[in-house]
Amino acid sequence: MTLKLGIDVGSTHTDAVILSARNEFVGAVKTPTTPDVTTGVVNGLDAVLQKTGADPSEVKLAAIGTTHCINAIVERRRLAKVAAVRISLPAGVGVEPMIDWPEDLKRAVGGTYFTVEGGYEYDGREFNRLDNSKLREIGRTIVEKKFDSISITGQFSPVRNDQEVEAAETLRGVVGDEIPVSLSHEIGIIGLIERENAAILNSATVEVAKAAARALEEALERRAIRAKLFFSQNDGTLMSVEYAKRYPVLTILSGPTNSIRGAGFLTGLNETVVVDIGGTTTLAGILVKGFPRQSSSAVEVGGVRTNFRMPDLVSMGNGGGSVVRKVDGRVTIGPDSVGYSIVTKGIAWGGSTVTATDVALADGYAEISGDPRVDVSRTKKLDKEFVKSAVSKIVENVEKSIDMIKTSRESMPVVLVGGGGIILPGSHYDKLKGSARVIRPPNFQFANAIGAAISQVSGEIDRVFSLEHQSRDEALKQAKQMASDKAIQAGADPERVQIVDIDEVFLAYLPSNAARIRVKAAGPLK
Amino acid sequence: MVLTIGEAEMHDIASGAAILGTGGGGDPYVGKLMALTAIRKHGPVKLLDPTEVPDDWFVIPTAIMGAPTVLIERIPRGDEAVASLRLLEKYHGRKADATMPIEAGGVNSTIPFVVAAKTGLPVIDGDGMGRAFPELQMETFSVYGIPGSPIAIHDEKGNSAVLNAVDNFALEWLARGLTIKMGGSSHIAEYAMSGKDVKRTAVRNCVSLVLKIGRTIREASERKESPLEALMRVTEGTNYGKAIPLFKGKILDVERRTTAGFAVGNTAIEGLDEYAGRTMTIRFQNENLMAAVDGEIVATVPDLISILDTESARAITTEGLRYGFRVTVVGIPTPEIMRTPEALKVWGPRYFNLETDYIPLEMRHPAFYLKAKLSPDKEEKYRPRLRSS
Repeated sequence: MTLKLGIDVGSTHTDAVILSARNEFVGAVKTPTTPDVTTGVVNGLDAVLQKTGADPSEVKLAAIGTTHCINAIVERRRLAKVAAVRISLPAGVGVEPMIDWPEDLKRAVGGTYFTVEGGYEYDGREFNRLDNSKLREIGRTIVEKKFDSISITGQFSPVRNDQEVEAAETLRGVVGDEIPVSLSHEIGIIGLIERENAAILNSATVEVAKAAARALEEALERRAIRAKLFFSQNDGTLMSVEYAKRYPVLTILSGPTNSIRGAGFLTGLNETVVVDIGGTTTLAGILVKGFPRQSSSAVEVGGVRTNFRMPDLVSMGNGGGSVVRKVDGRVTIGPDSVGYSIVTKGIAWGGSTVTATDVALADGYAEISGDPRVDVSRTKKLDKEFVKSAVSKIVENVEKSIDMIKTSRESMPVVLVGGGGIILPGSHYDKLKGSARVIRPPNFQFANAIGAAISQVSGEIDRVFSLEHQSRDEALKQAKQMASDKAIQAGADPERVQIVDIDEVFLAYLPSNAARIRVKAAGPLK
Repeated sequence: MVLTIGEAEMHDIASGAAILGTGGGGDPYVGKLMALTAIRKHGPVKLLDPTEVPDDWFVIPTAIMGAPTVLIERIPRGDEAVASLRLLEKYHGRKADATMPIEAGGVNSTIPFVVAAKTGLPVIDGDGMGRAFPELQMETFSVYGIPGSPIAIHDEKGNSAVLNAVDNFALEWLARGLTIKMGGSSHIAEYAMSGKDVKRTAVRNCVSLVLKIGRTIREASERKESPLEALMRVTEGTNYGKAIPLFKGKILDVERRTTAGFAVGNTAIEGLDEYAGRTMTIRFQNENLMAAVDGEIVATVPDLISILDTESARAITTEGLRYGFRVTVVGIPTPEIMRTPEALKVWGPRYFNLETDYIPLEMRHPAFYLKAKLSPDKEEKYRPRLRSS
């Protein structure tokens, strides 16, 4: 029998789930995430293989979802110090890079930018010559000031990318090959500010992503699983591990996509709000006609505007590991989380940091079984009023998330998934504002890993089509066919491949009529 | 009445202006960031009602000209429009008393605020079209006799020109040529005029309307009320008129290209819910020009046709449209100053090579507008015709 493995590495727990090739649930486990990631995944693999009795050699596909990168952005931690280079002078200074970023995130990535002469016009002509000597100077500053990562955004690079590529070569000549470089044309589309934001976030999370990918590869190797390894992307399709290491920003919102799709799979519901409470965040999304509702406006990531295609989401620092404090007489939850350190830092575990889980245990509505280190009596020493305020704040945060993701006053069912869900008191299930009823399906705590395992495989093409001897319709038709063929080659079911994205840039600069067409097709595994 | 425009008002102006941008006019986002930067540095700006402008004032409108797809990639330096205003002052030998938009829809709603914050001048609450349009002579200023010339024009590199044309069509033609050579986007000051002429020729109070639309939609969303219904309420009874929902569906295809300095093409929308099985096509040249359902025209210029996100009522610009988006298309009647025979010669459907005469939105949808509250001038003109149709 062919099996599929879904793994979700969260900030507190690592989930592993095994499905049959036809998406039948075989079994799942939850183990603590470990600082090195690998040990946690190996433990998870051992447990799920033992529980299901599955043969490692039957696992043909491993799909991974990880929240490492989004958590790094949300918590403003472990982010690289980025040298953001914009190629646009003398244009561009009216809106400087990162101008409308939240101040703390800007500080966390170093908040430093460089502008350099160069850029293209809309038709691919040169706007200004790339100033390589200034770039070399910037390179020396990057070495001197010890920047970890570089992002390069050139004016009109989606139309013509030569200068971005050249600038990367020039900088590498000075800084060496060790510092990762993100090029905006490989990440985003037309819209310089949004594309630049995405490139900077990509640079900021490259190391976090590489470490996570290496840890997962190692874990699979150790258990002799020779499955094809994929990462889930923001749009719910899969991406090769090599690609994911270079473009982590394309995977940062895969978690929510996976849990929304997983919640739909587990309940059979097609129209519902999905609330995923994890270790660090409460995420609310919405399933419409069986698919996560896509955001039509610019998608904000950690408060930063990007132009990705992503599910519409509301995110709040309100998870099981969120730190609870009293600030100026008011109780606050998060946004920081102790993550996997809850097992040493949490009050119930004998530590000294009050987490959302601790107040849930103190109030008596939550239970943790099977962890001998937990002693609930430790939480009973917490001030009663403080606990009460914290619990109502947690409920209020969840209600606010539901309210924000809904766009009408009508009540909708809410599917509650994610391991951190215990922080929401069961007594509130029937009376959450804006919710018709709260459903916690069996295996709710594995929604994310299940979503990863049921991900679709995709095929993408991105090339220039001449419109001299064929019409635009014919070119589009050809592009769609090529993308579908690629998806099928990657393993998609030919009967169920669909076009999921089309993007087109008309290129007036070529001597003949031409357009750059990008098409993405996706379908379930055959 | 004088309104003070600070950072909070600038956010509402930008979202309201996107709706009056009717798909074009450029995403106000880039202009908003420029204005916020300027207001943060120099302080808030005064917005003056046209009735309070002295007759002898010297007013110089400021704007960005060109293709919106260029602006979102080639970000301005930020001081180009001020440079154009200064150049025109020098040419006329007279300092400006105020600036104002030529176009309250889209990014050009924000540029005068960049200029005003940097120069300390007030902005006048009015413009020359009450929406967005693709060409320079498409201004009530022009229709009612104000020469656009001389125009001062700057690009990001510092190239500049003062141009005198024999009429406003020649002005558009030549300035467009310069703009294309400047890379498809330029910064202009033009239609310098007296306070008296502002009162005679401008579409009034469209900047404060844009602010009101932006604020109303934001507040409705915050209260979880339908932003679409809020939008209809806020324009009903004004010199515009009640917004009408024309179609609801999913974007099927967007065909667009940058030709001769314009973004031109067609949007196809597949109907959903009560519109299932039908298809809307929208022709655009920077702005949405004509909307038809299964071939039957439901709205044309100069009435406003806006594509909004179905859930949030946020306006989506032509360059922001993507396959699969859920959208609602609304029409907003244009003010009467835009519908005179001399005005329609400049921006009626025929000017854009559309094969139809102009029929006001109210008359295309009489059943809807029979129940709506109309402004006094529209009441007098359309009520009898609505009753008899």
